[in-house]
Amino acid sequence: MHFAFSDDQLEMRDLTRAALGRVCGPDVVRAAWEARPAGLWASLAELGLTGASASEDAGGLGLGAVDWVLLLEEAGRAAVPAPLIEAVAAVPFLEAAGHSDLAERVALGEATVALSLGGLALDADIADAVLRVEGGVVQLVSSPTLTAQPAVDGARRLFSVAGAGEPLAGDAAALLQRATLATSAQLVGLGRQVLDQAVAYAGQREQFRKPIGSFQAVQHHLVDAALRLQFAAPVVHRAAWSIDEGDPDAGVHVSMAWLYAAEAARLACRKSLQVHGAIGYTFELDLHLWMKRIWSLAVWGEGADHRERVAAAVLGD
Amino acid sequence: MKFSAKEQAFRADCRAWLEASVPQAPLRSHNTRAGFFAHVAWERRLFEAGLAVVSWPEAYGGRAASLMEWLIFEEEYYRAGAPARVTQNGIFLLAPTLFEFGTDEQKARILRPMAAAEVMWAQAWSEPNAGSDLANVRSTARRVDGGWRLTGQKTWCSRGSFSDRIYGLFRTDPDSTRHRGLTYFMIDLDQPGVTVRGIHDLAGEEAFAEVFLEDAFAADHDVIGAAGEGWKVAMATTSSERGLSLRSPGRYMATADRIIQLWKDGGADPRLRDRVLKCWMDAQAYRLNTFQTATRMMSGGTIGADSSFNKIFWSEMDIATHELALEILGPRAELLATAPGAVEGGRWLHDFLFSLAGPIYAGTNEIQRNILARRVLGLPR
Repeated sequence: MHFAFSDDQLEMRDLTRAALGRVCGPDVVRAAWEARPAGLWASLAELGLTGASASEDAGGLGLGAVDWVLLLEEAGRAAVPAPLIEAVAAVPFLEAAGHSDLAERVALGEATVALSLGGLALDADIADAVLRVEGGVVQLVSSPTLTAQPAVDGARRLFSVAGAGEPLAGDAAALLQRATLATSAQLVGLGRQVLDQAVAYAGQREQFRKPIGSFQAVQHHLVDAALRLQFAAPVVHRAAWSIDEGDPDAGVHVSMAWLYAAEAARLACRKSLQVHGAIGYTFELDLHLWMKRIWSLAVWGEGADHRERVAAAVLGD
Repeated sequence: MKFSAKEQAFRADCRAWLEASVPQAPLRSHNTRAGFFAHVAWERRLFEAGLAVVSWPEAYGGRAASLMEWLIFEEEYYRAGAPARVTQNGIFLLAPTLFEFGTDEQKARILRPMAAAEVMWAQAWSEPNAGSDLANVRSTARRVDGGWRLTGQKTWCSRGSFSDRIYGLFRTDPDSTRHRGLTYFMIDLDQPGVTVRGIHDLAGEEAFAEVFLEDAFAADHDVIGAAGEGWKVAMATTSSERGLSLRSPGRYMATADRIIQLWKDGGADPRLRDRVLKCWMDAQAYRLNTFQTATRMMSGGTIGADSSFNKIFWSEMDIATHELALEILGPRAELLATAPGAVEGGRWLHDFLFSLAGPIYAGTNEIQRNILARRVLGLPR
């Protein structure tokens, strides 16, 4: 039993973190509320993120989930305002479903794909293809009727999708597993980021002539958030491994990853907001950009179905 | 993250022996005198089978198993419903210190009888005024010919009433304060100048004891590390205690399986379903995190302050699980082992009471949170 990332995987994570710090800082995330950041998708392609799950034939690096899970954590940490989860989930599916041109263009950053789950799809208005996942089938909606559905996270442009769809042959369950794993990984990264912001703030904000981070009540809030993130991350990493191995329980492991990542990230929001005090409850501070992404991703996708999937496997009911 | 063929074979070996050997009827509580010695007898069987201390070198009665194999052994041990480990204060808490700081003579003299349950050890960390503030130790040791004379009071010594020896810190430099001037001693309880008084725990059992020392003797060869270096030596033990060795995932995986069965046997109340599921998932999360930690340690890394995360996680998980068990049991939950209507011999109630000690012993969870705040998050003092 060896449960660790390789030095190469960790190095790629570090490089990605540094690069995202340059091309997708908080100013970019904030600006994305006003307009889509120009050139961001191409920058993400240069970092290999849009093609993170693509085969080498489709312009990717042929990475496994164990490789890209850490990169998606970093995309979460940076709150990347772009349909990356969708790309990671859809590209291998499109390759297998005979749409390798589109898959390659997405991987190379020349196209995007939207994924309608539970009726809502991110960035469907600019997508080169809108896929709808419904009843275990993936459909291509060729002429979708889109209705904008403004959401709490202003950087997430959501649309409800109507219109006839053409079923595509392919492994819809695997697509959903990648989407869920990518979401879980982003939630872990987002959670770490809101925690880090609170730790930094608590170290410099003074009350009673001391940094508030020296008070145990404040410290223990932050430790509680760190603790749940600490135990969520291995659950997410195991799910990545199970996907790569084709483990028959991969679906259960991925659902468990989502449950743990969503819970930990939500808790990190609560604790970070509390430690920031009133300034955290404003539009002025960047904190809300991250919190709102967490609240969005923690309900997007299959939601409560994840708990049912784990329960059915474990409790046999 | 797959078990190797060697690890799987090791698991199969452990499972076969445990399934054939674990007593059919549960032993009496190890916190009672009769129960304690029944557990000692079990420990001796375990030792004869080469399973008492699988990770130790063969010279001391182990089989040089890897850390991962030790975790596998633990999973199998609890899966089989085997008895509580009454040697744990020795093999998990003192032995790691001896392996790191002990002399060859100490290791040769002490480790094998410890593993074989021939000499039973109790920890003696706390004093009436040195609990979470362990550096506030007041007990003293005075230099005499060939050793030291020890005076003071230790408390909360686990199963001290039934044990042969204790270990703990004594102030050897009378002018010192805090963590300086302390020395780590191993002490015979059966000698003039030592009085042991049992303390009954929340379950009404003699689970720990106070030890009064008045000019009791400890020989020079029963000092671990140099005189005055006791704090450094002790911290090595407490970090292994909080880390992996005290509470491995196998214990909680077995409890999670038991609570699922209890819930099903009780009619699978849908109102409690999500909480039952959470017990199981938390045990899995603890296991996965432990595998990551163990991999790091086997690659030469240390557990560091992460051990404090583990302590908080398992202790809170254990209480949540047992509170839920009592809810599932309903009115029968309050019945003691002596009640004819008790379920599983009152074990859930007994273990619930014990779970409440988890956030207190081995460094309170508040102390663990302080450690994490400073060392992991880097928050200011």
